[in-house]
Amino acid sequence: MRRSMLFLPGNTPNMLINGSRLGSDALIFDLEDAVSPAEKDSARVLVRNTLKYMDLGSCEIIVRINSIDTDYWKKDIDAILPYSPALILLPKTSCAQDALIADEYMTEVEQKLGLEQGKVKLMPLIETALGVENAFSIATATKRVAALFLGAEDLTADLRCKRTKGGAEINYARTRLVMAARAANIDVYDTPFTDVNDDEGIRVDAEYAKALGFTGKASISPRHVEVINEVFSPSERDIAYAYEVMEAIRIAKEQGRGVISLHNKMIDAPIVARAQQTIAMAEEMGIRRG
Amino acid sequence: MADIIKRATAGTMESSDAYVEISPAEGLEISLESVVQKQFGAAIEAVVAEVLEECKVANAKVTVIDKGALDCVIRARVETAVMRGRGE
Repeated sequence: MRRSMLFLPGNTPNMLINGSRLGSDALIFDLEDAVSPAEKDSARVLVRNTLKYMDLGSCEIIVRINSIDTDYWKKDIDAILPYSPALILLPKTSCAQDALIADEYMTEVEQKLGLEQGKVKLMPLIETALGVENAFSIATATKRVAALFLGAEDLTADLRCKRTKGGAEINYARTRLVMAARAANIDVYDTPFTDVNDDEGIRVDAEYAKALGFTGKASISPRHVEVINEVFSPSERDIAYAYEVMEAIRIAKEQGRGVISLHNKMIDAPIVARAQQTIAMAEEMGIRRG
Repeated sequence: MADIIKRATAGTMESSDAYVEISPAEGLEISLESVVQKQFGAAIEAVVAEVLEECKVANAKVTVIDKGALDCVIRARVETAVMRGRGE
């Protein structure tokens, strides 16, 4: 379950060490934008040691490495890969070839060090106009790609437009990414909401992202985590309905009926699939039918 | 392994971090200033010495100002200072 992902700067021990207490399903240890060029070496060693020595509980760890057009990214992978973060977030992925280059190097390191092949997945960060247009080919570039991630700040700079709270300027990118990721049968994550003091704004933004089909949403502030988790969790009503659907299916099967209805609505395959997803997520959250 | 060829620093004075300074010297000299000196001073010095040994540093003056950093942070800052002191 990955509803929320919280960015933490890679060279700040206090945040890396305490991040797992902030309620986020996943933490993104950032070696890219949050670290100045002079501190890239320092952050890389610190993040590596955090992965190597710290017990981060049930928090999933993602590392944002530097982009493949820098001198840093291979060193990032060399240092991080042996300590198995769940995902590598690959910034400025603009075409399938970018993901393939990262995948090939990760495979090379895995082979050299005798690590499990393909264990650490890739999450391309789509933050250029070209990346948005190539979203499906990026999503299907390699089996290592497990999710897409929309980065709206760099994207709007590339689009030469203003980033607004309403987000009209990224609407196309959002829907395009959701479509591409779902067509490739992988997850898709929404860009952070950057006004850390706007508690109502984050809720509206997260609800909109969920309505579009995003799996979850990233955050740059611990303040947003709780709202994101709430928005991307199934409601009690959703869970109760999902169990009703599965019960109706069970009864219909027992009675040999092919057509199933619940509350005067036909239950078809997509409704069953959604009910199964809801129950799986509820169980992961520790909610079970009483 | 290469010697320490220049003065270098790593880390910060922020809470939970450590500031490490390394410079060329004859033999190994470690000095520590820590907010938890009384209780953990010896343990921190042992960690610093262990990292220096792992990095095969036999000649250096190392000063650590600890602001309540965990072992893994001190290890990272010492290793980074060594890399920088070697010009890597």
